[in-house]
Amino acid sequence: MIDRRDFLKGCLACSVTAASIGVVGKNAFAAGSFEGYPDAMGVLVDLTRCVGCRSCEAACNNEQKLPEPDLPFDDESVFAEQRRTTPKAYTVVNKYETADKNPLFRKLQCNHCNEPACLTSCFVNAYTKTKEGAVIYNAKVCVGCRNCMIACPFDIPAYSYSSAINPLIKKCIFCYDTRVKNGRPPACVEICPQQVMTFGRRSDLVEMGHERIKNDPAKYVDKIYGEKEVGGTSWMYLSSVDFDKVGLDNHMQNEPIISNVKDFLGMVPMVLSIWPALFTGIHLLATKNKGEHGDHDHKEGDQQ
Amino acid sequence: MHAVKQQMVMALIGAMVMLVSSVCFGSGIPDRITINSIQQYYAGVDFNHASHINNLKDCGLCHHHTTGAQITDPNCVRCHKNSGAQAVVSCKGCHSPTPFSPEELKLQRDQHPPIYHMDKVGLKAAYHLGCVGCHKKMGAPTGCQDCHKRNENGDGIFHSGKYAPKAPAKQKTSHH
Repeated sequence: MIDRRDFLKGCLACSVTAASIGVVGKNAFAAGSFEGYPDAMGVLVDLTRCVGCRSCEAACNNEQKLPEPDLPFDDESVFAEQRRTTPKAYTVVNKYETADKNPLFRKLQCNHCNEPACLTSCFVNAYTKTKEGAVIYNAKVCVGCRNCMIACPFDIPAYSYSSAINPLIKKCIFCYDTRVKNGRPPACVEICPQQVMTFGRRSDLVEMGHERIKNDPAKYVDKIYGEKEVGGTSWMYLSSVDFDKVGLDNHMQNEPIISNVKDFLGMVPMVLSIWPALFTGIHLLATKNKGEHGDHDHKEGDQQ
Repeated sequence: MHAVKQQMVMALIGAMVMLVSSVCFGSGIPDRITINSIQQYYAGVDFNHASHINNLKDCGLCHHHTTGAQITDPNCVRCHKNSGAQAVVSCKGCHSPTPFSPEELKLQRDQHPPIYHMDKVGLKAAYHLGCVGCHKKMGAPTGCQDCHKRNENGDGIFHSGKYAPKAPAKQKTSHH
């Protein structure tokens, strides 16, 4: 039987441990805002240069050995609607009408976040953020839960619903296996006739983007989309119109998506380790008193 | 007397201009240039340099300051206000066909001083941004195949022409 003194000692020890875990945990969180790998590569997309030729879609299809498209890649009828990425097309170009009648085009693909929400949400750890900046995934361990589709703030991961036997998540991998791993630019960047996309070290691209804005402030909105959004992305955008006019959420949080749940999730191990000990102690204390009292009652009953 | 002097000065200036221009135009400026940096997918462009010179007159519109033309871009003027003609004038002399190769990226990073020419586009983009930009303004052709016909390899990756998808085509939405 535990006596009162031991129980109080236990409680004190528990709370000291809890406090120290709390402090360590808090420090860990404070230092935990990840700025991205220092040498990570990125792409700066200048929407003012895109002419909507869809060469990038063709190059992606070819490089990633994707299935035949429904329509040829030079068919402009696809611009009649806003498309999204699919298991057959890791990138698609959409057309956005603007006030001055010069339409803008934007290529959609994975933005390769510094702190990817897809990676955070994946419970089988299928996703990896490589030091080169690419967010890749291991299809062999994917169980098809589609958590990443819900987590992604840009609606990028697509799901091969049509596969009856082994449906999987499919998305742009920054041509990691065939190109970026070896220092070469992705296929879409290389084929683009207008150099809409500039490939380079992400930190250099941020500087370059601000330089372009500074040199032509009348041409650009004074913001690089993706520099800060959701903790920063490897793919970033320059535009001549507000970003919400080209299908990008202009009110995206600057905190990574994981910050929304990090504090709560950080508490889970603490609760699991401390609460059992604490409540066992309280329970023992409570039942000890109650037990003595109960025994007493019982004895009284016996006597009657 | 004064008028005669003025006429002589004018004549002298005229003679000098003619001399200078004859030197320029006599020194191997090509009349036609074959541009074939993307011949993997498109036929080369037989570029009529002579007619562009005749129509535009201003070399600086395409060649920046390299031909000794007066430069107006405020960013370039900071250094090249008085830059004379350069030894290298051709597009491919400065614009790299592989602007994102590891070697090229390293060269750009190691540039001294580091901020100038940092954002120089590759050769293909130099052609397209220059040509298409001006063609738009001038009302000249801007379609891809107006300048260069796609070859069979190009049709292949675009899944067009004889490589067009054979699957029952989706109802084509009318396009304006």
